[in-house]
Amino acid sequence: MGIRFILMVNKQGQTRLAQYYEYLTLEERRTLEGEIVRKCLARNEQQCSFVEHRTYKIVYRRYASLFFLVGVDNEENELAILEFIHLLVETMDRHFGNVCELDIMFHLEKAHFMLEEMVMNGCIVETSKNNILAPIQLMDKAS
Amino acid sequence: MRGLSVFISEIRNCQNKEQERLRVDKELGHIRTRFKNEKGLTPYDKKKYVWKMLYIFMLGYDVDFGHMEAVSLISAPKYPEKQVGYLVTSCLLNENHDFLRLAINTVRNDIIGRNETFQCLALTLVGNIGGREFAESLAPDVQKLLISSSCRPLVKKKAALCLLRLFRKNPDIVNVDGWSDRMAQLLDERNLGVLTSSMSLFVSLVSNNHEAYWSCLPKCVRVLERLARNQDVPQEYTYYGIPSPWLQVKTMRALQYFPTIEDPNIRRALFDVLQRVLMGTDVVKNVNKNNASHAVLFEALALVMHLDAEKEMMSQCVALLGKFIAVREPNIRYLGLENMTRMLMVADLQEIIKRHQAQIITSLKDPDISIRRRALDLLYAMCDVSNAKDIVEELLQYLETAEFAMREELALKAAILAEKFAPDLSWYVDVILQLIDKAGDFVGDDIWFRVVQFVTNNEDLQPYAALKAREYIDKPAIHETMMKVSAYLLGEYSHLLARRPGCSPKEIFGIIHEKLPTVSTPTISILLSTYAKILMHSQPPDPELQNQIWATFSKYETSIDAEIQQRAIEYFALSKKGAALMDILAEMPKFPERESSLIKKAEDTEADTAELSAIKSRAQQQASNALVVTDQPANDRPQVAQLAMVKIPSTNKMENNHVDQEVTQPNGIIGEAELQNGDILGDLLSPLAIEGPPGVSGTETLSEDGALALAPVGEQENAVKPIVDIAELFYALCVKDSGVLYEDPYVQIGIKAEWRGHQGRLVLFLGNKTTSSLDSVHAVILSPSHLKLVLSSVPEIIPPRSQVQCPLEVVNLHPSRDVAVLDFSYKFGTNLVDNKLRLPAVLNKFFQPITLSAEEFFPQWRSLAAPPLKLQEVVRGVRAMTLGEMANLLNSLRLIVSPGLDPNANNIVASTTFNSETTRSMLCLVRIETDPADRTQLRMTVASADPTLTFELKEFIKEQLISIPSRPPVPQQPQPTTQPILSSDPGALLAGLL
Repeated sequence: MGIRFILMVNKQGQTRLAQYYEYLTLEERRTLEGEIVRKCLARNEQQCSFVEHRTYKIVYRRYASLFFLVGVDNEENELAILEFIHLLVETMDRHFGNVCELDIMFHLEKAHFMLEEMVMNGCIVETSKNNILAPIQLMDKAS
Repeated sequence: MRGLSVFISEIRNCQNKEQERLRVDKELGHIRTRFKNEKGLTPYDKKKYVWKMLYIFMLGYDVDFGHMEAVSLISAPKYPEKQVGYLVTSCLLNENHDFLRLAINTVRNDIIGRNETFQCLALTLVGNIGGREFAESLAPDVQKLLISSSCRPLVKKKAALCLLRLFRKNPDIVNVDGWSDRMAQLLDERNLGVLTSSMSLFVSLVSNNHEAYWSCLPKCVRVLERLARNQDVPQEYTYYGIPSPWLQVKTMRALQYFPTIEDPNIRRALFDVLQRVLMGTDVVKNVNKNNASHAVLFEALALVMHLDAEKEMMSQCVALLGKFIAVREPNIRYLGLENMTRMLMVADLQEIIKRHQAQIITSLKDPDISIRRRALDLLYAMCDVSNAKDIVEELLQYLETAEFAMREELALKAAILAEKFAPDLSWYVDVILQLIDKAGDFVGDDIWFRVVQFVTNNEDLQPYAALKAREYIDKPAIHETMMKVSAYLLGEYSHLLARRPGCSPKEIFGIIHEKLPTVSTPTISILLSTYAKILMHSQPPDPELQNQIWATFSKYETSIDAEIQQRAIEYFALSKKGAALMDILAEMPKFPERESSLIKKAEDTEADTAELSAIKSRAQQQASNALVVTDQPANDRPQVAQLAMVKIPSTNKMENNHVDQEVTQPNGIIGEAELQNGDILGDLLSPLAIEGPPGVSGTETLSEDGALALAPVGEQENAVKPIVDIAELFYALCVKDSGVLYEDPYVQIGIKAEWRGHQGRLVLFLGNKTTSSLDSVHAVILSPSHLKLVLSSVPEIIPPRSQVQCPLEVVNLHPSRDVAVLDFSYKFGTNLVDNKLRLPAVLNKFFQPITLSAEEFFPQWRSLAAPPLKLQEVVRGVRAMTLGEMANLLNSLRLIVSPGLDPNANNIVASTTFNSETTRSMLCLVRIETDPADRTQLRMTVASADPTLTFELKEFIKEQLISIPSRPPVPQQPQPTTQPILSSDPGALLAGLL
């Protein structure tokens, strides 16, 4: 089914955004996030962007203090997901202007709305930044 | 939202987890009170609180209230509230949540309403968490939206993915008949957003049933052409100059679900595009552009491999991959290794890939574990006789530095390769001993058992192995497993070394005995046997050694462990017997040749494929269909079967049965081979033994008949014949716990069983039906190795018209399908009646039914990801039954079917727990995917946390499902002329002879 979850986690391992596309109990999420964060944050720049964990493959990318971690199944193309992360970051960048951890933290709702425009049920819906941001801009105008 | 920002920054300022928890608890308390008193709660407040709840939930705290409020926001009239309601609901709730039901009407109104933004919100919610009820009430509306010409792209793309979820979850409800035309239309879409979503929907539909969507294939190729030629792709859909790499990848993925492309024009068009991708992808400086273009390139590689293009293109692929595995960029290297492994599975490119062996071995030492894992997998896949030595030695070397997480896998892989491709046996012994030495904790018993089997069966190897064991045992602090294997080998073969320095019986004993205080109880038992053997081999007896060993025996005569105690006492007594000891403790006889459990594991792993595309893996499994019993062409089997066949009709029944028993019992494979013939045999030879039409048993009993072939055949010689169908009775007893096992004019044997966990208690009721007593009654249990069976004493005489009860204790040691046999004989007048009856202590008796919910099932299912824990097989020749009948069959075997767990109604998902001493209580999961178009085949996946259990269970269920075609009576005509069939089919051979 493609993307199983998307996590944004900072250097200290604090979750800044979590979106799951399959149901896991709270306990399962906590353990999973803990395990993945421990595994991925320990890795260095010279290592590849893919980590195998349980039945997931984690594709991750680091931007300054923030890690973007995407859990996929075997049906996904790893590099395409890696660049999808970048597309997400560029989209946020366009909206926030030089996006940083705090933007995502304090505009949790906007980050969620953007993500919702881009991914649905683990599949990519939209890759055009204009289209992704259109509803949010509308909302900003209205308020 | 100020309140939310303040809360978030307060959380952020918390010094530690404890403070954070207190702050969260306080906030939750506050929200709870505000929600309780709805008055004065503005929509803005509600929105704010719901966001806080989502934030708290994301931090990992349980939010068990306020769901109602989140859901109620969905019905808010204004967009901002509604949007929050939808989003938070889809994050906090799952499809089984009761509150969702409350929202169905609102959601439907939004979907069919005229407000596009509301439509999008509603479709997204359903697309993310819509369950059965949503599918029932909304599927037609969503489908209508998707094909409506007035529906705008922004709604349409969401509708496509919404339908995808509804279909995937409830294929029985969502009707997609005739959707191929609509799908084809959707694939003509100009808008790339809609096309991207539609392509995902298409992948799902086509993976479910590619036959229905042939007409869409050219459309996919056209999409690729359009993207590749960069025609009218709007700027906003290009990514670093590359036309939507995601859509390209998705489209190529969709094409991998078609087995092949027939139409030469379409094929050519597609290969043009692929060729362009393969040749035209350059490494550029920009990382993002590079990644994106390589994403497309790797997908193109996968597609080429799948379509098995002309060899020319294949070698291009290999060349590219060879380049990739040598680059510095770790991502590309990782994917290069991964794809090379896949390639090995689809094409015969062993030789070309071997050229890169050195490079791959370098990757095995990479600092990155992800890359090392891929390298290990690839080395394992590419290993054969020619390079086994190099590869295994690399693995052994790596074992010393490998992290814990990889050692077990490494050890198993090294052991399998060493056994499979050993150039000579002494090398094999070396490897395994090194393996135990370096990673003893990760070497299972089956690995060292296997060494012992090899050494026992190869005389040339024995002195060498003993010498090696002697070397290892000298080391300080050796691993327990090494202690076991060394002690065993030295006990058996150290006398072959007697002339060497340091190898006299006394010295050997001394060095072993030194370690005794440090070993565990099971190992002490092995050491005691070793001592007994050493004692036996020291001729003439050395009184000092003798005294030492006797002292040890007498010390352990009072051991608290029954096994040790028994051994000590028995060996002590035996060793007093002087020369007689020689016979009793003589060298172990050779083991019957058996298939290695390791190799079996390995083969299953191979058959099961690594992560190939769905279609590929299916194709592979079909190719390896040899696994299905009925069409097994393995070379050695027919011979064995013939042997059994020829013997049985000969005169002396008792002897033959014993021989057969011995030949077949220890070897499951031969047993299987025989079972095909068992049925035939019943048909051909014994209208006498089996009552009722022979064909009947073909539909009911399958595998079991095989073992039973022994019983009826034995009976034909008996003067007294059973008056019941033993096969049928046994079969019935497999699914119930009391009933008649056997009956003839004089005797009736009933059985009553109780099962608890891995133990069982059977009571045999031996009834004498006559008015005179039965003499020489004997009952002996021939138990397979996985069962411990203790039968209480059976009286030799059964008085007239009476019944005796003989309790039989059963302990299940480990999973196996082998069946225990009761050898029952008695004398009536001058007739000796002897029967071998299978006892219904079969695998499923140790099941404890369990029903799992989806939340329990799926995480387990996922965590048991790959062989040998999860095995998959395509089973052909399934006997005719409806899905309901199949479910009943499984339920009767205590494999409890969970209806509705699998979204596809043609699939059955079942679970149970299996109990044995080694596995304890272990969860087993089964999934059977049937094909409504062809009921004779299905795909079965079995998972448990124990490889043997998984394998045995898979075979067991298979035995229950397949049917052996019942054969017509032997026609009175000359042998069929087709020679090959004859030679491979002992049944036909026998038919000819008769």
